[in-house]
Amino acid sequence: MTQVADWAGSNPIKENRSRLIGKAVDRYEGPLKVSGTAAYAHEVVPPSPPAYGVMVPSTIARGRILSVDLAAARAAPGVALAWSHFDVPEQAPRNVMLNFFQPLTTPAFEFDRVSYWGEQVAFVVADTLENATAAAALVKVDYEIEAPEVTFDPIGDEGEHPPGESDVQVGDFAAAFAAAPVRVDAVWRTPPQNHCTMEPCATTAWWEGDKLTVHASVQLVRKTQHGLAETLKIPPENVHLLTRYIGGGFGAKASWYEDLTLAALASREIGRPVKVAFTRQQMMHGTIHRPATRLHARLGATPDGKLTAMSLITQTHLGRVGNFVERGSNFSRPLYSAPNRLTGHRIFHLDLPVAGAMRAPGEGSGTLAFECAMDELAEKLGIDPLELRVINEPEVNPEDGRPFSSRQLTRCLREGAERFGWDKRVSVPGRVRDGRWTLGLGMATAIRGSSLLPAKASFTVDAEGVITVKQGMTDIGTGTYTVLGQIAAETMGVPLKSVRVEIGDSELPPAPGSGGQFGAATAGSACFEAGMNLRKAIVEIAVADPASPLYGGPSENVTFQDGIVAISNRSETIAELIRRNRPDGLTVEGEIKPAEDSGKWSTQTYGAHFVEVGIDTVTGEVRVRRMLGVFAAGRILNYKTARSQLTGGMIWGVGSALTEGNAFDPRYGSFINQDMAAYLVPVQADIGELDAIMLDEEDEKANPMGIKGVGELGISGAGAAVANAIYNACGVRVRDYPITPDKVLAGLMALGK
Amino acid sequence: MRPFSYERATDAAGAAKAAAEHPNAKFIAGGTNLLDLMKLEIEHPAHLIDIGRLPLAAIEDTADGGLRIGAMVTNSRLAADERVRARYPVLVQAIVAGGSGQLRNKATTGGNLLQRTRCAYFYDTTKPCNKRLPGSGCSALEGLNRNSAILGASQACIATHPSDMAVALSILDAQVEVVSDNSRTIPLEDLHRLPGDTPHIETSLSAGELITAVVLPPPPSGGQVYRKVRDRASYAAGLASVAVAGGRMAFGAVAHKPWRAHLAEAVLAGGGSPSEAIAAELAPARSNGRNQFKIDLLHRLVPVAVETARSQGRGA
Repeated sequence: MTQVADWAGSNPIKENRSRLIGKAVDRYEGPLKVSGTAAYAHEVVPPSPPAYGVMVPSTIARGRILSVDLAAARAAPGVALAWSHFDVPEQAPRNVMLNFFQPLTTPAFEFDRVSYWGEQVAFVVADTLENATAAAALVKVDYEIEAPEVTFDPIGDEGEHPPGESDVQVGDFAAAFAAAPVRVDAVWRTPPQNHCTMEPCATTAWWEGDKLTVHASVQLVRKTQHGLAETLKIPPENVHLLTRYIGGGFGAKASWYEDLTLAALASREIGRPVKVAFTRQQMMHGTIHRPATRLHARLGATPDGKLTAMSLITQTHLGRVGNFVERGSNFSRPLYSAPNRLTGHRIFHLDLPVAGAMRAPGEGSGTLAFECAMDELAEKLGIDPLELRVINEPEVNPEDGRPFSSRQLTRCLREGAERFGWDKRVSVPGRVRDGRWTLGLGMATAIRGSSLLPAKASFTVDAEGVITVKQGMTDIGTGTYTVLGQIAAETMGVPLKSVRVEIGDSELPPAPGSGGQFGAATAGSACFEAGMNLRKAIVEIAVADPASPLYGGPSENVTFQDGIVAISNRSETIAELIRRNRPDGLTVEGEIKPAEDSGKWSTQTYGAHFVEVGIDTVTGEVRVRRMLGVFAAGRILNYKTARSQLTGGMIWGVGSALTEGNAFDPRYGSFINQDMAAYLVPVQADIGELDAIMLDEEDEKANPMGIKGVGELGISGAGAAVANAIYNACGVRVRDYPITPDKVLAGLMALGK
Repeated sequence: MRPFSYERATDAAGAAKAAAEHPNAKFIAGGTNLLDLMKLEIEHPAHLIDIGRLPLAAIEDTADGGLRIGAMVTNSRLAADERVRARYPVLVQAIVAGGSGQLRNKATTGGNLLQRTRCAYFYDTTKPCNKRLPGSGCSALEGLNRNSAILGASQACIATHPSDMAVALSILDAQVEVVSDNSRTIPLEDLHRLPGDTPHIETSLSAGELITAVVLPPPPSGGQVYRKVRDRASYAAGLASVAVAGGRMAFGAVAHKPWRAHLAEAVLAGGGSPSEAIAAELAPARSNGRNQFKIDLLHRLVPVAVETARSQGRGA
């Protein structure tokens, strides 16, 4: 078994001789995407002309389907088939995900019950998308309607614990909080949020004999492949799943949906390829969303700013389907010192669409409360909010005493303060004016876990010296193609142009995929291991080949640089060596597994957000003027793609603070904003000056390359920094997100402003 | 979307005639609103008359010093016209506050006036909506009505008109030229209707009437200002907006039509303060709960807008 200590030595990535690690290389697929030549799942051209499937969602939130009248749809022009619960082909029952690695089945129309508004209840396939759409409108569903339980408005910290989970208690929170001279005790609320991926979920499927090919827009190749195979009751090797380009995931595509199942079933039924896509409106209910939360934060401190007690209780809701819990309190556990601690979660099962992972699940909601509570505490103490964080910086994980694998939070805070001009902040709110605008500065901490999962990869070297990386990994727009190429090139000592990367294919060595900020570390480490194995294989060939200048070794002195293998001044190109010895190429695999003892360390990524907002004192409108994030997240593979991910996360933070939320009408059990003109994500004009800076770091405990992830770190705390800046600008604390002009206005008026 | 027939019009009179002859016909110009509504099965015209190539894209000076704006002039072109920028800055400010750059490139002057409400219940065909399905009820009345009307609404409908441009046109005393069997000119203020019991009837146009131009008289003296309040900085429907030109005033996003504030204008003309003016105008305002803030917002916004316009007027 691997031990963390095994990763401590030097290696080609750490040596970085070609300086490719960290280099701001442009995304390989960027030109393909902007020129429209990258084929997304719904655009893939199948071997024969496809039919088009359109799904029909329920228009009730809870009840029984008495009948589905498909006659008119079936008789409509071009229609090839129409299905509902009553005639859909047999599928495996829906299972419950008990651990991350378990594939989920996604049977379509399994029950005659509707368990949330917008659940798919019927399906029509026709020769054209237009005909299928028109026919789908003719489907008539007769329901026995039941009153849905949909209102999420817990009073107090009530609610059941997630199965198998109890609160984490250290010391005696209740007593310490009661005795604390300075206290904050407040409740924040966040609304349901939607991923709003630019590309809705979509599938193109076809069969050749009993072999199914599906192009889908999913974050996790192997799990989706196995989940679909189980649903269809066929062996996983009969499902070839491809996902070459993905138009955003944000967690939405770490689940998979009826489009996948129905495209496969329908294609088998009618013997021709079938394409199925969600509409934008269907995405809002028919896929997962981040559930609403009620967040109760309590902080107690002594006048010198030392936290004596901290608590964060997250209440949230689940649908009747699925068991995902928005664990909004977890991130707070390793964050600040406090001897007495109480954190946990409460859940409510409601007749709502399926809750799921979205953009830093947990941190994305929880920091919106906890990092504002810290701001409120700082004000009560008369201590700068940044200094309050520094005062409570722990030496070890404050919950369990584990050492940190690496932690540069204080450096992030200090460096950010210096670059942002934090010293110019006036601690009394509302003192800085710019015409009709009142200005304020806010900050918050970012924290997000880092993990390493098992993964494999293969490297092939051909007679031209070209390295081909193959891995069942995905690139959800984050730059995975590009950073895997950089890892391969640096490991093998070849130029970037001598590397090809093939991912997004279930027939390639498996990797978990993109999600949970584990993608680059996990997939990248497997690639690194494959590269090291290929180096070893090349050395063995070279020293055993009498025709090679390297013949006879010593093996341990072989270097790889610029496509050349050498032992001091004896050298030849990799291409020459392979041409002589393996003219058909040489392929080796590599594998990464978590270290057996990795749990001895507390491993996170960190950062500090700084925000300047302007508030229109007449209207309550909030506009972000400047944003800076400083992050420490291990070795950075590509400063350009990493920065893009971090600034993208920061922009999502602005959305979660100011505009995003699915407005919910309890009478119908549905969200009423169902498109991107009504569900407001930030637009270009909402974002002023924006930058993300990454500190030098190498986390030797994380994996052999010392890298971590940045995919979700950027959003963690970003919204809280916006909220804190709003308070500093105008003295209004809004604890009910999003902080829209009407709420700020009410606050201003309450202050007599 | 449902099947429909389509024709491309070659002249305005012919387009109007075709609309009169086809039951359930619609004109399509930029299509920025109608296509969405058709895809969502909110509009289901049986026949589309494409007026996109009609020669109605000129902006001409009128003899009295005003402008005649062809119905097919895009929002982008109108906002960029030097004469409009010089004489009618409130119109430019209103146009660029609407939609997004891409939408304004496609959206036309006539189409902008006829765009339909952004009320979320209107967009969800599974929910009651008297505007979409007369007699089905108004979901917004007791629902999520943060964006709903506070002036001139009825128990049948509390939707708002979404146009920014139309608010500016209303204080400029614009006239709308309409072609049909009986061509006529309608004051812009009379184009849009209050909802009453028939919120599905949104304008005073009949089937077979085609807007061909909007005519602006010379601008009123004094400064001009358009202020729109919205949840994000671009591409967002207004929460409320105010247009001021000289002593005239109109509001957007608070009523079923661009709301010309005659009561407020009368108070200002009589020497009253802007606060008194807005108080008079908002005396009949009613909230349904979540839209109460719009009343507060206008109370705060109007005096600032009037003062800004006045100081601009003095500067000019």
